[in-house]
Amino acid sequence: MSSFALKDSRSLTKDRLAREERRKRTSTQPGLFGIRSWKKSRLVMACVFGLVSVFPLLYMLSLSFQPTSDILTSSPVLVPTHPTLQNYVQAWSENSFSRFFLNSLLVAVGTVVVTVLLSSLAAFAFARYRFPMKEVIFYIFLAALAVPSVELIIPQYLLALKLHMTDSLPGLVLIYSSENLPFAIFLLRGFFEAVPKDLEESFRLDGAGSLRVLSRLIAPLSAPALAVVAMFTFNFAWEEFVVALTLINSPAHRTLPIGLNFFISEHTTQWGPLFAGSVIATLPSVAVYFISQRWFQRGVSLGGIR
Amino acid sequence: MNTTAEVGLEQHPVVDPPGAASQRRLRMTRIATPYALLLPAALLYGLFIVYPILRQFDISFYTWHIFPGVHNPFVGWSNYAKIFHDPAIRTAAWNTLLFLLFTVPIQMLLGLIAAALLTDRLPGRGLWRALIFLPVVTSWVVVSYVFAYIFAQQGGLANAVLSVFAGHAVHIDWLAQTWTGNAVIWLVSIWKGVGWSFIMFLAALDGVPRDLVESGRVDGASEPRIWRHVVIPNIRPTITFVLVLLVIGASQVFTQVYITTGGGPFGSTGVLLTYAYQQAFSFFNFSYAAAIASLMAVVVLGLSIMQIRLMRRNDDA
Repeated sequence: MSSFALKDSRSLTKDRLAREERRKRTSTQPGLFGIRSWKKSRLVMACVFGLVSVFPLLYMLSLSFQPTSDILTSSPVLVPTHPTLQNYVQAWSENSFSRFFLNSLLVAVGTVVVTVLLSSLAAFAFARYRFPMKEVIFYIFLAALAVPSVELIIPQYLLALKLHMTDSLPGLVLIYSSENLPFAIFLLRGFFEAVPKDLEESFRLDGAGSLRVLSRLIAPLSAPALAVVAMFTFNFAWEEFVVALTLINSPAHRTLPIGLNFFISEHTTQWGPLFAGSVIATLPSVAVYFISQRWFQRGVSLGGIR
Repeated sequence: MNTTAEVGLEQHPVVDPPGAASQRRLRMTRIATPYALLLPAALLYGLFIVYPILRQFDISFYTWHIFPGVHNPFVGWSNYAKIFHDPAIRTAAWNTLLFLLFTVPIQMLLGLIAAALLTDRLPGRGLWRALIFLPVVTSWVVVSYVFAYIFAQQGGLANAVLSVFAGHAVHIDWLAQTWTGNAVIWLVSIWKGVGWSFIMFLAALDGVPRDLVESGRVDGASEPRIWRHVVIPNIRPTITFVLVLLVIGASQVFTQVYITTGGGPFGSTGVLLTYAYQQAFSFFNFSYAAAIASLMAVVVLGLSIMQIRLMRRNDDA
């Protein structure tokens, strides 16, 4: 009993030491830049990068609050001088925009659920089992990283026709999920392999089956990776354009990216409602990003590149 | 009679030594489990990715009609031969190549610079990191509309800023001319893409051992030398990874072109995939479009393998 406690506390101390060691190593002084006076110029440049990155989005936000007269004037208005919510009212009420929003949400959530579920199961097999042809199958899964969505739109369209899956939201979910599987399996496999073998052994000794080991042990320990997969998948499905453009015909089944097109007709573009709609379309992906951000760095550095 | 036989069977159910059957079942389960776990993903992937890849090759050898009941004659390689005699596709290929040559190096360079700026401690580091990555999570459709508005001929911000510098009113119709249209497409792509290589390089730089950097410094090496001999070799796998994925991504450029210029004027800003898409869904030349896409897939795959090989050789040297 006491020896256990001792061992525990010792390993805890070791953990802490390792953590501190790591922090010392990666935390900056001495950093990649030796000259301390660079700090100011680094700050200025970082500032420039940040502003350039965010400017078009802020501009869009500003435009969405401007009346049409300001948007179409020959001298652009950067900060709304006559702020109005008219664009939002118009965007939301016209063209069944709320319908598009709901469609996109259903498709994105559906894609996240299917992708996370199927890629977890597959990555679990790749990470924790030995079986014939394992690496061959794994590379077949990875091959699709080189042949992403737009390139396959023609055969996918023909397939969807054959399966009577055109103009259907579940059809989109299945195609989006299949396109997200390679990256998700690749990322999760690395994480799942990092879970110590003896933890799994002790779970198995308690009579846990494979699914239980996955859902109670490996998935919780790989939460950052799952969050990253969920975020990428959500954003993919939320903004996907080509497949939806090709497969969806009826207005009732449009998703947001192709729904925005409704604000543009042959001769005029309703810029105000278009940007209001764009802001609404952007908010969920930004929200998902900020929610998952705290796992993000770790997820990328551990799984992204090896 | 019947019942007694059954009872008799039940009384001597085990022919094998006790436990063997259950052990065999256990072994079968153990062999079957990974395949069972893979099955759902494999089914979905096989149906919507692998089958379409093969199907695309298949279609490209026929004159394919989308309407059922129409004869689809086998035409061999003639769809591929057509690619090399099509002047319009030369423009599209050229634009795709230009896109690749402009956007990939600039994205990588800017991403690396931003990562280098923000890898060490800096006031507001988390905020800058988040802002630089933000364009990545926004949608191509949305940012394409925003840039289309910024570069509008009437009342666009770009012309307004240029007017201030020029001292007179400037009315460039950016999206209606070949070079300026291309430039806008490159700009929006670089702007949206930098955050991705940034986050990749940031992760890589975090892994560069600081004691190596420090010992180089103690030995009196200059900062550029340290970067060249310590930092860059350490992040080389990431450089390869980012390069390969950006090249693949650049060959796939579609949405920003489709929305900003629509490939116009007269196809002069079109890229390979907008051209193939138009062939398929406006002119119903599905086979020709499939041939273009298949050829692209082969070229991109070859290019990726070549890049990885090249970078690996550099590594050994």
